[in-house]
Amino acid sequence: MSKTDDDVILHVDDLKKHFKVDEGWIASLLQSVTGDDPDYVHAVDGVSFDLKRGETLGLAGESGCGKTTTGMSLVKLHEPTDGDIHYNNKRLSEASDEEIKEFRQNAQMIFQDPFESLNPRMTVYDIVAEPLRVHDIRNETARVQRALEFAELMPAEHYFDQYPHELSGGQRQRVAIARALVLDPDFIVADEPVSMLDVSLRAGVLSLLDRMTEEFGLSVVYISHDLSLLRHMCDRLAIMYMGKIVEKGPTDQIIENPQHPYTQALINAVPVPDPDVGRERVELQGEVGDVIDVPTGCRFKDRCPKYIGDVCDQVVPPLEAKSDTGADQDIACHLFESAEGYDPYAELDGGRAENATAANDGSESAPADD
Amino acid sequence: MAQEETTGSIFTDIDDGGSGEEINRWQRTARLWRETLSEHWGLLTDELSVKLSMLMVAFFMVVAVIAPYITENPPLQRQYESDAEIIILKWAEPSLLGADSGYLLGTTAEGFDIFSQLVYGTRAALLVGLIAAVFTAGIGTMVGLVAGYYGGKIDDALMRIVDFLYGMPMLPTVIILVALLGPSLWNIIFALIILQWRSTARVIRSQALSLRERPFVKAAEVAGAGDWHIISRHLAPNVLPMSFLYGSFAIAWAILTEAGVSFIGLGDPNTVSWGTMLQASRAYSALQFGAWWWFVPPGICIGLLVISGFLIGRGYEEITNPKLQ
Repeated sequence: MSKTDDDVILHVDDLKKHFKVDEGWIASLLQSVTGDDPDYVHAVDGVSFDLKRGETLGLAGESGCGKTTTGMSLVKLHEPTDGDIHYNNKRLSEASDEEIKEFRQNAQMIFQDPFESLNPRMTVYDIVAEPLRVHDIRNETARVQRALEFAELMPAEHYFDQYPHELSGGQRQRVAIARALVLDPDFIVADEPVSMLDVSLRAGVLSLLDRMTEEFGLSVVYISHDLSLLRHMCDRLAIMYMGKIVEKGPTDQIIENPQHPYTQALINAVPVPDPDVGRERVELQGEVGDVIDVPTGCRFKDRCPKYIGDVCDQVVPPLEAKSDTGADQDIACHLFESAEGYDPYAELDGGRAENATAANDGSESAPADD
Repeated sequence: MAQEETTGSIFTDIDDGGSGEEINRWQRTARLWRETLSEHWGLLTDELSVKLSMLMVAFFMVVAVIAPYITENPPLQRQYESDAEIIILKWAEPSLLGADSGYLLGTTAEGFDIFSQLVYGTRAALLVGLIAAVFTAGIGTMVGLVAGYYGGKIDDALMRIVDFLYGMPMLPTVIILVALLGPSLWNIIFALIILQWRSTARVIRSQALSLRERPFVKAAEVAGAGDWHIISRHLAPNVLPMSFLYGSFAIAWAILTEAGVSFIGLGDPNTVSWGTMLQASRAYSALQFGAWWWFVPPGICIGLLVISGFLIGRGYEEITNPKLQ
């Protein structure tokens, strides 16, 4: 499934999106007088990855981890607070209007809820033709017909004058897919594309998405909490927790051999359809941490079953290749030895230098515990 | 799109071909509009009270148009001169009640034909009602959409203006404005519009606020649609039923307010409205003289038209808000 050419279509560089907590104008007036900083929700806090041509990437994580915000930033529904997205080696923050228009033509999104993503007062034809009208593309009718037929809505003419409320959920999602495809885009962000559909309809829509990836040579970013779906659809996986990617690598590698404690817990939570399969349960304690008052160090430290002390508490683990896991997956965890020689203990306070050396020995033995 | 060279696209052959057969967009749009309107019309006329109200409004409209043909005398022409040089309080009794006066509803104390005044008063009432309603709904919808869509400082600024207008009581403010601008029908309409768009703007803004977060608006944004495209294609059609609703209520309110302002003597002295008729009948103490045919007909007409407006609004509300059904 994976392509050999390695030209990167989308390069995401330390993307951050913080939302200001709106406390009303009186509070913001007070803040400007007292000089207090307003609160921010750190929805996405430093996410980097590459998306290659024809590649499918899965973004997984529990709700509230920032995966949808990341997806929306990818298609420029949000202006990033910091960091940048490079499309075909062009920085989007510096792109001219012309380049933005081209980007808009090549980046599309499929939304979660097909009942909400189609304007109830527009017909199917107008919904699918709208992107063509925005970009002033000719041969409207032929293209709309082709897109609808590709989405297996046949005969297409039959659907032209129907309103969304006359269609089933599966048909609506197919219309949404046709709308995303009609501009012949380079990449698509699919935000939980089947989670709102009846189970009986999912397989059909999934195979359509699969066909879409193959025939258009599309790059797709799938956003989902459903790891079994992502395993089926994606070449590579990135696991997010509290606005950061904690583990990233080839899908099989991550599912078969998860390294980060959070990934392990997530994969453990997927039910196995066999009552006889015994498995070691890694259950997570507590709730997702505070995304307004972000904790120091590793964000997973309060729930981590393998917490190893001060270094977790104070040093933010970078997402990097590790020398002692052997595989080509990147992990953000102090349990493993950096392949690039990064030493987190050097960043601990000077007064703790001795403890740090001791803890360092402990961390080297940690992977052996797995 | 460099991608097409390397990988296949289902659109490649279309790109190369000449202009294919396009659906005639105007015909299509016209047909879809017709379908939507006939559907709404069907829902609206489903109810007897709405049907009767519409007949009533249609009747008043016909009367307003053919006013010169069904009246014998102009509404502001004295029908007799007093013999002495003093104005005598005298009115002809209506021929409808068997009096031998030749005037269907008699004359006023000033000697004006009451029936003629009543018929011409329809014109003023409909003029005020319809113009005020169109502008109320129009301005309110535009302001509401802009405030709701752009949000932030624009929203704050526009909504503070609305707050300010909400602080002004309807009738007293219209009275003061008309007193300042001079009593004419157009000034009354102007004052009404200034005060009435506030509630429409508020409601439309709240609708626009929730609509603009809906995924179909996001999808249009992703496709590269501009602000104006989103407002006109996605927000406006979805708030239109609400604008119509507020417009139809505005008709009733405008007629009622105009009658009220005219009744206290700030009406246009050069046009006849039902409000000015009531004011004149009060000034000449028609009630004490038992000349009820002077003030009862305009009162009934105001009541009928206002109730019709409200009933049509109610009927439309059931379309926009299916929970009421």
